[in-house]
Amino acid sequence: MLWNLPFIAVVVITMIGLVTILLKKNLIKVMLGINILQSAANLFLISLGYREGGIAPIFTLAPSTHMVLPTPQALCLTSIVIGLATSALMLSFAVIIHKKYGTVDLDKIRRLQG
Amino acid sequence: MIPDFIWTNAPALLVAIPLLGAFLCPIIGKISPRARNVWVGGIMLVTAIVALILAYRVFTDGTVLYTFGAAVPGLSIPLDSGGIPIRIIFTVDAMSAFMDIICAIVGFSAILYSLASESRNSGLEMYYTLFLLMVAGVFGMVSTGDFFNFFVFLEILSMASAGIIAYRVDGGVAVEAAIKYFVLSSVGAIFVLFAIGIYYGQYDALNMAMIAYRMQGSSLDMIALVMLVAALAMKCGAVPMHFWTPDAYSMAPSSATAFLVVASQASLYGLFRVLFTFYNLTLNAVTVGWIIIILGILSMVVGVTMAIPQKDVKRLMAYHAVSQTGYMLLGIGVGLAVLGNQPLMESFGYMAMNGGVFHILNHALYKGLLFLTAGAIFYRIGTRNLNKMGGLGHNMKWTMVFFIIGALAIAGIPPLNGFASKLMIYESVFIFNPILAIIAMVVSILTLASFVKVFHSIFMGPKLPEYAEVKEAPLPMLLGMGILASLAVIFGLFPDIVVTTLVSPAVHALTDQAAYIASVLGGA
Repeated sequence: MLWNLPFIAVVVITMIGLVTILLKKNLIKVMLGINILQSAANLFLISLGYREGGIAPIFTLAPSTHMVLPTPQALCLTSIVIGLATSALMLSFAVIIHKKYGTVDLDKIRRLQG
Repeated sequence: MIPDFIWTNAPALLVAIPLLGAFLCPIIGKISPRARNVWVGGIMLVTAIVALILAYRVFTDGTVLYTFGAAVPGLSIPLDSGGIPIRIIFTVDAMSAFMDIICAIVGFSAILYSLASESRNSGLEMYYTLFLLMVAGVFGMVSTGDFFNFFVFLEILSMASAGIIAYRVDGGVAVEAAIKYFVLSSVGAIFVLFAIGIYYGQYDALNMAMIAYRMQGSSLDMIALVMLVAALAMKCGAVPMHFWTPDAYSMAPSSATAFLVVASQASLYGLFRVLFTFYNLTLNAVTVGWIIIILGILSMVVGVTMAIPQKDVKRLMAYHAVSQTGYMLLGIGVGLAVLGNQPLMESFGYMAMNGGVFHILNHALYKGLLFLTAGAIFYRIGTRNLNKMGGLGHNMKWTMVFFIIGALAIAGIPPLNGFASKLMIYESVFIFNPILAIIAMVVSILTLASFVKVFHSIFMGPKLPEYAEVKEAPLPMLLGMGILASLAVIFGLFPDIVVTTLVSPAVHALTDQAAYIASVLGGA
């Protein structure tokens, strides 16, 4: 049971993220929801890659040969970088919307219809 | 004839050239606008040529592998790895090459067109940077053989697309459209990442062929399938998640819209790749096939009914794009529903899939063309509102001709390309289930009705006084439209040649999972 704790956390964080995206009316909060969802994905990758007692595959003076391929960590780093770019782009959109519309309330950002 | 360097490294160059071009574009733009135009046009031309060379190589020699960092590009499995492909591999099979051709043709026409159509705007360095990033993203998505790499290119593509949708801020409206698109595609991309995690946890592999080889169809795989289908169907604009399409397509600059069509088709490619290459027979083919068929039918009907009352010409075309995506999903869904049943597959399954895949190519051509004509009209008269247009046929003759070609092709009138693929879909789907074929035909008729109305209100009628001075669109724009229009006519006149040389190999590459696996993992 305890071993599943990270995965339970992933599910909980995913739900929090999705609920934030779907229910919040504030543009900034929706963007934060996406960031939360992204953290859930990263946590998922990292907990998949964890092996107890495994060490990084650096062969010099390695205490044992019980080594772990660091692919999930590499994936996670890439995903963090992508997440940074995503947040930056979305926040810059929010800045423009606030400048032009004077609000970040999603109910009022509705000029495109039909 | 072709330098050896290009011949061997074509898959890598396909992504490297547009990336290099994109990031050097702002620097070259400092020299002069003319230098920038030459640079962008040249980069796109070279990329298109490399794509065509690669496609030629794939269609003559079979699947091309490119292993990054290996001593020999074809060496997909390192000698000491114990049979596991650990490097990033580009696997370009016939289906990928088919998408490469589409991207090359539409990308080149759209860039040529944008050299004139965007010339009045400022900040063009950034525009072309984003455009070339989109090109790199599409080429990467359709060529890659590594699933995490697919995710990275998906993100590059959606970021560049969001930037280009918001490029013409337009009092904030374009940014609003971009936010809609970007929130959806970021959430979609995160679910793709979850699916990647599920595959990696089960199969210790990111390589698509390796995942396909070890695929067991467990319940975790089904969760991953649901995530991927939802995310990718959302990104290609299928109906329950289509609401970003009209906003994004109508607000982006027209040349970019033509390419956004290709960008959504790259997601469609991803969807097909997942269904056929990853799962293939481990799926409950009938159920999943019907889900895809229902998505397709919904997209067709909802898209066309939403299109009819539109006043904004690009918005109307965008709804038609949703509706046409439905035809591709219908064709492929019918093929998937009978997958594994060889007699049915021979009698109509392959034909339905041929129709669906051929329709991807045709749709990119005529829908790109229609968006470009709408852009040409906007360029000259400055409005997209159908009620304010009229009598433009007197002054914009070539644009009118191109519009007629596009409109007849989308409605499926012979001898244009839309007819060829739609006929294949009707015939095969009729054998599968007559009601579906009837719905498809009715949608086609509604499409025709809608475009007759559009054609009439834009081009017909007496000259309006406010548009008396309107001139024909500039030459580069006409050239861009002309390339797409002439290909639409040629593909409509000789559909047999296209189907046997391009479409049929692509469909077989898609359905033949074993061949895909063998091309990467060897004869195992």
